[in-house]
Amino acid sequence: MTTATDAVQSFHGEGYEASLFRTYSKKIGMWLFLLSDSLTFGALLFAYSYARISNPAWPTPFHRESIIRASIMTFFLLTSSLTMVLAVAAASRNDKSWTKKWLFATMLCGGGFVILHGWEWQGLISEGLRLSAFSPAPHGATSGEFFDIARTVPQFAGTFFTLTGMHMLHVTIGVIYLGVVAFKKKFLPVILAFWLMAWLMTPSWSPFHYGAHVLLVAFVVCAIILFLKPKDYTDHDVEVAGLYWHFVDLVWMFIFPLVYLMSTKIT
Amino acid sequence: MTHAADDLVSEAHAHQSKAMFAWVWVSLLVLSAVEVFLAYNQVFTPGKMLGVLMALSIIKSALIIGYFMHLKFEYGPMKFVLMASLVACLVLMCVFFPDAVRVAMKDVVQ
Repeated sequence: MTTATDAVQSFHGEGYEASLFRTYSKKIGMWLFLLSDSLTFGALLFAYSYARISNPAWPTPFHRESIIRASIMTFFLLTSSLTMVLAVAAASRNDKSWTKKWLFATMLCGGGFVILHGWEWQGLISEGLRLSAFSPAPHGATSGEFFDIARTVPQFAGTFFTLTGMHMLHVTIGVIYLGVVAFKKKFLPVILAFWLMAWLMTPSWSPFHYGAHVLLVAFVVCAIILFLKPKDYTDHDVEVAGLYWHFVDLVWMFIFPLVYLMSTKIT
Repeated sequence: MTHAADDLVSEAHAHQSKAMFAWVWVSLLVLSAVEVFLAYNQVFTPGKMLGVLMALSIIKSALIIGYFMHLKFEYGPMKFVLMASLVACLVLMCVFFPDAVRVAMKDVVQ
């Protein structure tokens, strides 16, 4: 009869044949998740493109400041991808100190991206561009370009906030994921602090006021993972986290030209 | 994880140097700057602009997938299975575009 010990030995030994893709299962799992997520983003991008092509009066409201801001956001994400590969390279050398430093640099770039994006959302909502689900800003615009767009072409606000919001959520999750891999349990109070800051410092009409609760959910999930299965994250974990992070960067490479550059108005 | 898989991963990392990562990063920045320049100066008509921007974005995503996500250095069948399935699914979504053009033309005619 096969004992549990035999089964464990068999699992770690030669009992199973080599992986079809000659790599470890965690990486294959992440690739499969990213494939399914690309189809989610693909569907959103195709929906946006459909609305854009089928509507000859599609608005082009993004002026110089929006394009400059989106370009800086692109710079942040591209730089974060560079720091992420350097973190993976450091992890493969088993250099824990540099792995942590590069992961932290990646998180800073990702955080900068989210803050800039949030700032932009807040500005657009104040100018009257909003989803019907958002509360109106108390001293927000009651006329003007974005206010008119929200009334005449509601698909613009719908596709813009869905696409960029979904991406912002992915970046936020990515920053938390990297924080857990780099700092483990020490990162939990940081998530809690950011949740409180985002909740208490944003006005009640802002979507970030209730959107901040994503951080609370993340705190609970991370706490469960970290307390139920405490472990030292290896170079494989850093590499798998890197795959997720680069995917987030990759998606922005399509959102930036489609959403921003194709809706540029130069005055 | 098997030793073979371990060897393949370390071999993949050995192929990559900091200089190569920096080159890929600079290329991505340059391509993004080209995109911004083209859009800002409205060099092409919207239809042509969409094609050019998408072509540049596909080049950028190939650089990210190939070098930053290490897919270039992975085992051949893995590259094929992952990319072929993704491209096939995304191409299938293009079936909506003729309808988008039809709707646009209908509005123009009316």
